[in-house]
Amino acid sequence: MTTAAVQTPFQRIATDFARSRLAIVGLLMLALVIAIALFAPVLSPQNPYDLAQIDVMDSKLGPGEKSMAGKTYWLGTDDQGRDMLSGIFYGLRISLGVGVLSTLLALSLGIVFGLSAAWFGGKVDTLIMRVCDIQLSFPAILIALILLAVLGQGVDKIIIALVTVQWAYYARTVRGAALVERGKEYVEAARGLGLSSTRILFRHLLPNVLPPLIVVATVQVAHAIALEATLSFLGLGLPITEPSLGLLISNGFQYLMSGKYWISFYPGLALLLTIVAINLVADQLRDVLNPRLQK
Amino acid sequence: MLCPDANIRNMTEYIIRRLMQSGLVLVAMSVLVFAGVYAIGNPVELLVNPMADEAERARVIASLGLDRPLWEQYLTFFKGALTGDLGKSFVFNVPAVGLILQKLPATIELAFCAMFIAILFGIPLGLWAGLRPDSIPGKAIMAGSILGFSLPTFWVGLLLIMFFSVQLGWLPSNGRGDTVNVFGFEVSFLTADGLSHLFMPALNLALFKLSLIIRLTRAGTREALLQDYVKFARAKGLKASRVVGVHVLKNIMIPIVTVIGLEFGSVIAFAIVTESIFAWPGTGKLLIDSITSLDRPVIVAYLMIIVTLFIVINLVVDILYSVLDPRVRLGQAQGQGGH
Repeated sequence: MTTAAVQTPFQRIATDFARSRLAIVGLLMLALVIAIALFAPVLSPQNPYDLAQIDVMDSKLGPGEKSMAGKTYWLGTDDQGRDMLSGIFYGLRISLGVGVLSTLLALSLGIVFGLSAAWFGGKVDTLIMRVCDIQLSFPAILIALILLAVLGQGVDKIIIALVTVQWAYYARTVRGAALVERGKEYVEAARGLGLSSTRILFRHLLPNVLPPLIVVATVQVAHAIALEATLSFLGLGLPITEPSLGLLISNGFQYLMSGKYWISFYPGLALLLTIVAINLVADQLRDVLNPRLQK
Repeated sequence: MLCPDANIRNMTEYIIRRLMQSGLVLVAMSVLVFAGVYAIGNPVELLVNPMADEAERARVIASLGLDRPLWEQYLTFFKGALTGDLGKSFVFNVPAVGLILQKLPATIELAFCAMFIAILFGIPLGLWAGLRPDSIPGKAIMAGSILGFSLPTFWVGLLLIMFFSVQLGWLPSNGRGDTVNVFGFEVSFLTADGLSHLFMPALNLALFKLSLIIRLTRAGTREALLQDYVKFARAKGLKASRVVGVHVLKNIMIPIVTVIGLEFGSVIAFAIVTESIFAWPGTGKLLIDSITSLDRPVIVAYLMIIVTLFIVINLVVDILYSVLDPRVRLGQAQGQGGH
């Protein structure tokens, strides 16, 4: 078998992706973040939300200080005596989970609306695109604030808000790409075979509009995570029972002025690294998946 | 080509259609905001003494108009809205619109200062990065602007407080400081104390727009340098400073000014975050406080005012665009919205 001669698309993308060292660093960082999020309960030195494992006597210890029981808190503890490192691991899980889930939901919604707009055209297209235009003319944070002011707090509520502010980006991207694909021969051929609209849209058109969508979706996960953190910081996002990174930062804010920086600083650093890692990967994906840059 | 008469008719038609659309969006938003906000929580629980008897509760509910059906409450609200009356704050017992207008100068001052910082540093830095894209400062500027996009605003605010207020003790971390009355508005930037309070929030709010302006200016500069008029100006033997200062800058200013105009509304929206961090007594902080205390008339009034502001900004920009570029209104007439 000759290996080098035939490259699957995946192999080609992987080779192109590996050309940038920065992107590899980003990918490794992202893999680490995802691994931490997935295995937080195993990796964390303690379960920060198990009251039996925390001791108020250990509250607000600085990074590297030892507890009464002789355990070392590498990133310090918060006002309840929780280990910050464990808190950040659990927080990443929630932040990443909310970000990814809301992006996937918004992506599905955007695909359905974008494809319908491109396929049916006319009034359907005008209506969907007008709603997109109007929505995109307001900043995402304002729409999310209005929704949360209306809906109140909760994981489901914040996901609704994040989906609402994101779907229009996807709808627009899908529509643009689908309009180009619609005129191509393979679609005509599929029509000629008498296939149903649904089948042509989802089996033939969709795979061909996926590359630009993947890029937008990657960037949007980072946006969603940052937006959730901001809203939670303002006290409007997640409830205190679901401590995302934004809530941890918000919780530490009140101790910042007395010099206890670590309660806010380290969760913020974790948030920043996550966002930068995603952006690095997305940047390289954009170049790799852009047909105009392919030789 | 259209004859001038038809052109003007076309234009008027476009503006009327656009105005009607804006009015429709405004009404739709008011229904959404009102219905939504009045569906959450129960202000009676917050405002009535828990010890009060049934008669007292009923009296308060009636005085706030909360006993009538939702649609009737909305009609009252809508009639009031047309005359600039959006109800009284449950908490402060003063008109909600007045409360917001009273806080608005602080927000506007913050937004203007942020934009000023973004423009003052963004354009020169962007020019530098555009003229020497491969130099170390050029790359550093771009790396900085990527960071400016990635960093969550509220976390940068915390870092600023950590560094300037806690570590160095140079700048105060909250409030507006001393203000001076100018034409009936209190402003901070004319006193030393006010400036020291203004600096961090304004910088914090400016960072995102700064990154945006750097990128726009850089892209514009790189494009302009390849144009014939720049090559020609160079061939004429003009000094490099004149080529850049007059020929390049003048041509990249159009998109930059447009974006600055469009972004102003979003600066006011983002001020909600910055004001909450630095306890800047503006409208954004008022909104967050009102959401926490379920002060519905203030939430509704704030949202209506900011939505109106956005609709007006978008309308003006759209109309200016269609005046400058006939393709915009032709495209719409043919029902090809979107991009």
